[in-house]
Amino acid sequence: MGPFVITEIISENTNFLLAFVIGIGFGFVLESSGFSSSRKLAGMFYGYDTTVLKVFFTAAITAMLGLLFFSLFGWIDLSLIYINPTFLWSTIIGGVIMGAGFIIGGFCPGTAFCALSIGKIDALAFVGGLFIGIFAFTEGYPLIEELYKAEYLGIPTINESLGLSRGVFALILIVVAVAMFWIGEWAEKKFPREEY
Amino acid sequence: MNTQKDKSKKYLNPYVGGVLLGLVLLAAYMISGRGLGASGALKSAIVASVETVAPSHAENAAFYKEYAETHSGSPLKSWLVFEMLGVLIGGFLSGALAGRLKWKVEHNPKITSKTRIVFAVLGGILFGFGAQLGRGCTSGSALSGMASLSLSGFISMAFIFGTAFMLAYFFRKLWI
Repeated sequence: MGPFVITEIISENTNFLLAFVIGIGFGFVLESSGFSSSRKLAGMFYGYDTTVLKVFFTAAITAMLGLLFFSLFGWIDLSLIYINPTFLWSTIIGGVIMGAGFIIGGFCPGTAFCALSIGKIDALAFVGGLFIGIFAFTEGYPLIEELYKAEYLGIPTINESLGLSRGVFALILIVVAVAMFWIGEWAEKKFPREEY
Repeated sequence: MNTQKDKSKKYLNPYVGGVLLGLVLLAAYMISGRGLGASGALKSAIVASVETVAPSHAENAAFYKEYAETHSGSPLKSWLVFEMLGVLIGGFLSGALAGRLKWKVEHNPKITSKTRIVFAVLGGILFGFGAQLGRGCTSGSALSGMASLSLSGFISMAFIFGTAFMLAYFFRKLWI
């Protein structure tokens, strides 16, 4: 029963080896979906290319449903998987800063590495910026620590917070995603760009 | 319109790509109990560098002290570091198969390469800092957080994409 490394079906070293294999899959899928192009990624925010929306939400739903079914089959114990803790202010402010970085720089960290792997020099510049930004955080930590740890809400899941079961929330998310895909397809027809 | 059609043929259908990415993410949970990530690997590299170059600083400065207390072993021996090395290989393989390997600065023809590079560095700085404050980037916080239904994953996703949409008008010259 999964997660394999926690239930000690596989060793820590095998886990690292599989991390490398999973990374290859991650990079391969990102690149073949077009996430190695900043102009394609930025298209999301101007409506001319909504690939990001489609790939991102389809992936989140696939993994969410996979986890749900696997737990029903008894293949994975969901109480053992990592749930990101919620520190309200740092999540919101961090998200705002990342959003600004996204529209200014045209990448996020994962897609920048993917673009770098096929030779995009703008991605190399973005990765250089990432190192500077992270270093600024680690060095400036004493000044930011209070904000970083403020408004800790524990490790709630969104369905618990809304008082819904996992399955009902999953259904709602799927309906919302399909509606957004429809809007995305409409936007691509309304704001077409021939070449980018 | 033909050029656009030709281009989209070369890339994977986004819904197929999404399902495949979801399966990779599911495999990550099944094997390691954690989702995918990206920025965490860079943080490991920075912590390892600081510990090597300035060991006394690493022992005294708050962030590195806290990091050492919560992580055992070398910072580079981490799941995300191995995963990100894989990302470079996987991206390269896909690019090689599709004939997309090429050194270039990709930018809107209305701006210069130099402008693109300057804004890429600026965007990277912001993203790097924000990902630390937000405890993860688009992969680790938003995507994996949503798959595991964590509340913070949904907040993170909403604020990353919401802010980028709101600022899109002001930076339109970079892209359209």
